[in-house]
Parts: sequence; C-alpha cells; structure tokens
Amino acid sequence: MSTNELTLTPGNALDVAKGKLVVAPTQSLGVVRRPVNTTGWREWLFTVDHKKLGIMYGTVAFVFFIVGGVEALFIRLQLALPDGRILSADKYNQMFTMHATTMIFLFAMPMAAAFANYFLPLQIGARDVAFPRLNALSFWLFLTGGLILNASWFLGGAADGGWFMYAPNSGPVFSPTNGVDFWILGLQIAGIASLIGSINLIVTVLNMRAPGMTLMKMPVFTWMILVVQFLLVFSLPVITVALVLLMFQRSYGATFFDVSQGADPLLWQHLFWIFGHPEVYVLILPAFGIISEVLPTFSRKPLFGYPFVVFSGASIGLVGFGVWAHHMFASGLGPVSVAVFSMATMAIAIPTGVKIFNWLLTMWGGKIWYSAAMKFAIGLVILFTIGGLSGVTHAVAPSDTQQTDTYYIVAHFHYVLFGGMVFGLFSGFYYWWPKVFGKMLNEKLGSWNFWFMVIGMNLTFGPMHILGLQGQPRRMYVWTEARAGEGFFNLGFWNMVSSIGSFILAVGVLFFIINVIKTTRNPERAPLDPWDARTLEWITTSPPKVHNFDRIPVVHHLDEFFHRKYEEDEATHTMKQVATGEELVRAEEAAADADIHMPGPSYWPLLLSIGVGILGMGVIYGTPIMVVGALVVLFSSYGWVLEPSVPDAIDFDTPSTDGHTKEITPVG
Amino acid sequence: MADIATHDTDHATDHGHHSSTGLSNNKLAMWLFLGSECLLFGGLISTYMLYRGRVQNGPHPSQIYDIPFTSVSSFVLLMSSLTMVLAVSSAHRKDDSKTNLWLLITGLLGATFVGGQVYEFTTFYREGLGFTTSLFSSSFYSLTGFHGVHVSVGVIMLMSLMGIIKKGKITGDKAEVVELIGLYWHFVDVVWIIIFTLVYLIPS
Repeated sequence: MSTNELTLTPGNALDVAKGKLVVAPTQSLGVVRRPVNTTGWREWLFTVDHKKLGIMYGTVAFVFFIVGGVEALFIRLQLALPDGRILSADKYNQMFTMHATTMIFLFAMPMAAAFANYFLPLQIGARDVAFPRLNALSFWLFLTGGLILNASWFLGGAADGGWFMYAPNSGPVFSPTNGVDFWILGLQIAGIASLIGSINLIVTVLNMRAPGMTLMKMPVFTWMILVVQFLLVFSLPVITVALVLLMFQRSYGATFFDVSQGADPLLWQHLFWIFGHPEVYVLILPAFGIISEVLPTFSRKPLFGYPFVVFSGASIGLVGFGVWAHHMFASGLGPVSVAVFSMATMAIAIPTGVKIFNWLLTMWGGKIWYSAAMKFAIGLVILFTIGGLSGVTHAVAPSDTQQTDTYYIVAHFHYVLFGGMVFGLFSGFYYWWPKVFGKMLNEKLGSWNFWFMVIGMNLTFGPMHILGLQGQPRRMYVWTEARAGEGFFNLGFWNMVSSIGSFILAVGVLFFIINVIKTTRNPERAPLDPWDARTLEWITTSPPKVHNFDRIPVVHHLDEFFHRKYEEDEATHTMKQVATGEELVRAEEAAADADIHMPGPSYWPLLLSIGVGILGMGVIYGTPIMVVGALVVLFSSYGWVLEPSVPDAIDFDTPSTDGHTKEITPVG
Repeated sequence: MADIATHDTDHATDHGHHSSTGLSNNKLAMWLFLGSECLLFGGLISTYMLYRGRVQNGPHPSQIYDIPFTSVSSFVLLMSSLTMVLAVSSAHRKDDSKTNLWLLITGLLGATFVGGQVYEFTTFYREGLGFTTSLFSSSFYSLTGFHGVHVSVGVIMLMSLMGIIKKGKITGDKAEVVELIGLYWHFVDVVWIIIFTLVYLIPS
C-alpha cells in the first residue's frame, strides 16, 4: 500500500496552514500508525530515546528504593525490642523477602541500568543504543515484572522464602500461597528485561563507539557496565532455568524439588547461586565505574593505573563465575569443593584490592574538591573496604560455617551493597544531575544527605557484626530477652542502636528527596561543565539534545574532553588550560552535522510488555488469560517486525533552512 | 522475546555510523543471544543428567525410548540445516523465489520434527510417562519440550519471513535477516545433537 502520500487530517491542518510540511506517519501492520509525538505523555510512553528511558528507569527504581526502604524500617521496628509485636512471623517473612528482592532486582539493577542507559551512549560518542525499541522493551518489561512482584501484597500475601527462595522450602507444600508464584513470574519477566538490555548494551559498546575510541580509551564506567552486561548474559539464563523448574513444580505439578520422589535439595541452590554470585558483581561493578569517574574528576588527576582498574574489573567478573558454592559451605559439599571455592573466593579479593589502591593513589597528591559526589565516592571506598574484609572472613570455610545465617552475614552484605553500591549510586546522582537535568543539586543539602547516611549506615549495620558473632540468627522474627547476654555484648542494646541507625539513614535519604524537590523548583541553570569533567558526555549541552551530539566527536585520548581543554606545557610539564568546556560545546554546536535521523517512537514495546504481563498472570489465574496474553504478544511482535525502526524521511520536517540539524518534530 | 531481535534491522546504526567490530549490530546481538541460550540449555541438560535415573514411579528411560524413530526425526531436523544453508546462499544471490522455496522446505522439515515429537510425547504418555510421574519424566519433558518450543518458534519465524519476503516488506538487508534466522536454526539443531546423544543414546 502506498503510505508516503501527503495526507491532511484535522490534527495537522493547522501546521500545514502555517506553512510547515506535515505528513501522516507511515502505517505499520495496516491498521496502526506509528506514533511520532515528541511532546506530552505520549512522549514518555512510546519513546525509544535512551535518555528518556534512563530517566524513567531511575524514577521507577527510586520509587522501589523507597518501598524497599520502608520494608527495612518495618524489619528494624520489629527487632528493636525483644519479642516484637509489630509484625506476625508470616508478615515478617514476607517483609525481609520482599525487602531484599525489591532492593536487588527493582532498585539496584534498574538504577544501574538507568545510569548505563543514559550515560553509556554519551560516553562512547553514540547517538543512541544499538536497538532503541528493544531498550524501551527492557524498561517496560522491568516495570511489568516489578508491578507483578509487588501486586502480591494485595493478592493474598507476598513471597516469604527469602530472596534466594530455596526449594523445596518454596515448593507448594511449604509455601502454599500465591506469593512465590508472583515472585517467580515477576523475576522471570524482569530477567527477560535484563537479558535484552544486556545484549543491547554490549552491542552498543562493541559496535557504536565514536571514531578513534578504542576499547582502552573507553571511560571506566563504560568498561564496568560492559563487564556487568556480560555477567548478565551468561548468568540470567541459569536463574531462568531455576525459576522455570520451580514454576513447573508449583503450577503444573512437576517433581523437580519433591524430595519424596528422590529430588536433590541442592539443585536449586546450585542453579540459584551460579546466577546469584555473578549477580553480586552485577550490583557492585556499576558503582565502581561511577566512582572511577568521580574520584579523578574531583581529585583533578587522571585515574591512577587505568588498565589495572579495567582489567581488575574484568577479572572480578570472570572469577565471579567460579565462586558460587561459597554460599553453600554449610550444606556439606565435601572438603575438595569447599577448599576450591574457598581459594577462588579469596582470590577475588586481589583484583578488588587493586582497585581500592588505584582509587587511593588517584586521590594521593590531588587537589581534592570535597563535593557531595566526592564525599559519597570516598564513603564507598572506606565502607566497601570494611565490607570486603568481612567478606574475606566468609571465604575461610571454617569461620564461615560459624557465621552462616547470622547477622554477621547481614552486616557484611549491607556494608558492600549499601556502603558500596548505594553510595556509588548517590555519588553518581550528585555528579551527573547537572548533566541530566541541567540543574545543580544543592551541595549543602548534599552534605547533610551524606553525613546522615554515613552515620545512619554505620549505626545500622556496624552493630550487626556484634549481633551476628553473638549468634543472633538472620530471618528470625523475634529475639528473646532471656538469651540476650550481658554487658557490652547485650543483644538488646545493639538491636536498639541498629534500629535507631536505620531511621537516621532514612532521614539521610529524605534530605536527598528534599534536595531534588528544591533543585527542581530552582530556576537557576547549571554551567555546562560544572566539575571540570573529563569524559565525552560533557561535550554536549545539559540536558543533551535528542541526538546527543551535534557532531560525532573524534577521539584521540582517554579522557578526551579533558585533553581538549588542557594541553601539556612542554617546558614545565604541567597541564595548561587552552579552552573551557563551554567553548568546546559551542564549537561542536557550530559545526553540527546536517540531517540527523533518529529512531522514531513506537507503540510495540509497551504493548508487548503488557502482553507478557497478561501471559504471566495466566500462569496463576488460568489458561484463558494466558491465551489472551499470548495473542497480544503475537500481535505486537508482528507489529514490531513490520515497523521500520526509523520513520520514513517524509515523517520528518524538511531540513532546517540554516543547514543545521533537524530533530524529530511532532507531526501527528 | 529476544528472538525478535532477529528481525530488528536497525537503521539508526546503518545510517552514517560505522560498526567498530565490522559485524552488524543484528548479527552481534544474535550471537550474544545464542551464547545466553547455551546456558539455558546447559541448565536444563544438567537437571536432566542429574535426574535421568531417578524413577520411583512409571517407566524407566530404557523401557520407552524408541531409538530408531527418534533417529529418523533427528535426521529430518539435521537435513533442515542443509536446506537452511541453501536458503541463505540463495538470499545472498538475491534469488527471492529460490530463497522462499528453501525456507519453505526448511520449515516443513522443522514442522515434521515437531510433529514427530508430539507423536513421541503422546506415545510416552499412553505408556504411563506423565509430566508429573517421576523426576525423570519432569526433566525429560522440560528439556525436550523447551527444545521443541525453540524449533516451533523457528518454524513460525521461517514462515513469517517467507510472507515478508513475498510482500517485499523486509526492512534492511534481506540476506542478513535470512542469515540471522539461519544462525538461530543451526543453533537449535546443534543443541538437538547434544540432547539426542545425552538423552537417548547414552544409557542411564
């Protein structure tokens, strides 16, 4: 059918009357026209722009951060006093399960995806990711998965088996409610989202770097994200298998974890941790990447030992696949396995230590600017090191069997994940906020934010080392006065300290929210290069235009933006400023490429995700719903395939008269 | 879902942007997806290998496998890889009608294999091997069923591809799209060789 004809509709008649060439968008699938809106709510719903998707990822992830945080506060309220009565045993189980699941799958991973989505194309000098529509699909599938997971609260109770959901405990006999089913389906869908996202980002990094940007000239953040995506591509299918087996058992009566049939209770544990341990690095490496950008910028020095930071990150990822059984030392694997996994786990401390020393030496002798971003980055280095050291004590199998399932473990992973990952993400918020929104977050509130969080975090998780070594078990919904002990090691005192700490921590997060609201209301624009930054994302406007770069930068150096601003003075061997960031951005604007085509918005990612969501619900609520979901999926898949990923040229404006870039404009 | 990537010929990257590796985005994505699939089947195969001898109820593997029958259907599936290669080569020669002919034959061979699997499952079920009968039966049906679904998705993609080629609706490089689906198809065949060997040929 001929679709490229000029059509006049009531919607565009006005524009045509104003002398603007406006045409109807190309039809796809015969019935549905592709959206081309770039304003209003449609702009967000149907967008394929990596920057908008990044902001959407970040917003949704932050909401889940609050949800997970409130769940944590309930846990601490329950444990503040002996024989707590805030939650029943059952609700407490749901609370810690959903706290961990939410924080890991719905906050940490998507928040890292938010940073990756937004900054990875910018850091490598690309105009978008390799598959923009798949990128949108990733986001909508993640949201679908998150909603399904949390819908369980209102539909008969949430999952209650811990985030590792050990089978047979999570089988139909011991977990009869639908909570675990929602959990399985939510995670499968979120897993598909991550898998698609990771393939997309790997292809983007490997294929779409700006001319001259070799792998060893890539910013460390991009490198760490690349490593993480490889971890995801090869670990997600393994948990998918575990989830599918459990789903078959719970929904269709399969026998995989039925011990009375002779099932092996360790099967789930192996499958889960083959995914679960690489997952730990999936969580921490993006934060390492962020502070590897922040520390050099605010120390005004290049990153010390760039190749070492890169390769230690890659080797953490590689060795991370060979250590999963250290989560299972207490399960009786046998001395050889335990020794091998113990050694491998200790070996991971080496590249991690390399990184920490590189960061320290980056700061050494630098002119340190203690901005909020820098404070969080330094916080990460210190707190992660504490968590890393207690991690080494778990690697020693005899000591680990004493610590297994005590609060000592809880202390360890909160130091690495909260002190490490969350501090890294907050560092990223302060560092990149002016880039994303064109406004500076308030530094003073940032300082309050940091100090409340760092004090709250140490008060919350520090005492857990003592609680754990005293033998307080994880996942117990009460502790009793009778066994609390005396003096310095009294459980009651340290539980109370920990609970108070958690609320100080919450106030710290509240400061951040206040800061965001205040900044949004403040009309003052941020300078184009507020931090004297080093990497390519700063060589364009803030926020960047739809097409990111007016001209694709040609890269000659690691830290290209810095080297365009500064040149080495031959005589004194010092760096001398030759241009400001502002001047460079203006120069790029002046030399803009003509006729940039960007991928058009699309309905299909959203529709496909809705179909997948319905399909998932069908597993719980019956086959007819499944059929409906499958039909939606099929319909949107064909719509997707038949839709050209770039709108026809006729869907755009004519090139602008001054010979500069043209952007997508709303035409329908 | 990621299967869809095979069709996603992406202009944003073709237009005015070089590819740093020399491989097209689509092909790189397909290889990564297949790499990921290796671990999916790896997990399912491991589960089967763990459970294949664990039969408390119902028939034992050696009592029900019909090796000659499965050998024939395996041969049919392997031949479809040959016809797929011929389809790709016709597509490179820009011969649409030949491409479609070979795609049709490939799809029919794939459908024959799936039909054989349906027949096999039905026979096994009549002989007392239900999905929930034993650890062996659950893991057998999951592994081979997952593979069967992959073949079926492949058949649907082949048929859709024929329709799209006929209508001239293909976006981007036609030969490459055929090649991408070919990659997927060969992968599914290779996985079957492993499954056939481990499940049927090696006695438990």
